[in-house]
Amino acid sequence: MSELSWWILAACLTAYAVKLCGYFVPRKVLDSPTMSHVAATLTIALLASLVTVNAVTSGQQLVIDARIGALGAAIIALVFKAPYLVVVIVGALAAVALRATGLAA
Amino acid sequence: MPATQAKWLTPATKMGLSIAIATGLYGISFGALSIAAGLNLWQTVALSALMFTGGSQFAFIGVISGGGAASAAFSAASLLGIRNAVYGMQIKQTLRPTAKWVPWMAQVTIDESTAVSLGQSEIAEKKRGFFTAGVGVYVLWNLFTLIGALLGERMGDPAAWGLDGAAVAAFIGLLWPRLKATEPVLIALAAAVVTAIAVPLSAPGLPILITAACAALYAMSTAKRASAATEHGELQSVKEGEGKP
Repeated sequence: MSELSWWILAACLTAYAVKLCGYFVPRKVLDSPTMSHVAATLTIALLASLVTVNAVTSGQQLVIDARIGALGAAIIALVFKAPYLVVVIVGALAAVALRATGLAA
Repeated sequence: MPATQAKWLTPATKMGLSIAIATGLYGISFGALSIAAGLNLWQTVALSALMFTGGSQFAFIGVISGGGAASAAFSAASLLGIRNAVYGMQIKQTLRPTAKWVPWMAQVTIDESTAVSLGQSEIAEKKRGFFTAGVGVYVLWNLFTLIGALLGERMGDPAAWGLDGAAVAAFIGLLWPRLKATEPVLIALAAAVVTAIAVPLSAPGLPILITAACAALYAMSTAKRASAATEHGELQSVKEGEGKP
């Protein structure tokens, strides 16, 4: 196997070990009232962080492009109580439309 | 472990399938870019099957295609994957898996499966969401990685299909139902600001961890005035034991 293949294997094993790590935190620690409160807060923070990373970042840069339009369109769909799949499709269509019309990169 | 019988096309499984399709298609882009970066077919397929965490995979081939050393690619990918450990903690706390399931669940503990699971309010739906999104993304991501690797760069750019817009919509769609009171809205806005500030200042993958650390510190400092029966605490004490076949 080439050197690159060994590094790929090592990176794959590390990725799995890291995923497994979270499951080894003792249940007693996770079950304290403080941790329940932390978990509830963390849920919202993680989802908001994922939205931000996917909407306005590219590598280490903040960029405004068609994705911010997709976010706006998705929020409008959510305000009108559209089903989840519709929200996802609206996001995709908004990005395609903004690029096709040259309104956003 | 996922509740089987009865109707399995529930809101959670629909969300899981939607996000699996949108994310899985991205695999075409990964497969094509990986070959372009100089990896061979088996190395490309191995990354999707074994590493299976998209951000880390793109980071790995990004470093290689930029002429970086394999050790640097290893470091970038590993750093980017640390957030999956935080996801594992969250999933363990809410889904309470038995030991024999953990090795399998760990492999599909990624952004999408965690987000779909956290987006549900009932424990049975949380389980369905986690497994539908996790297994769904795994199958489609690997399938489309192979297709992308075989077809090459001809169909590489996910932006041309609006898939990046679909990803944004998928995550806001999961967050939205949780923004019904003032405090969650403020937490979400603060998290977005912290993430945006952290992006130019830290390596890719770290902003989510920095945001998680800030949120955890804030929650610990306010834990005393919050009653023990937070949404999560109550959910567990009432619903624990449900959703197991």
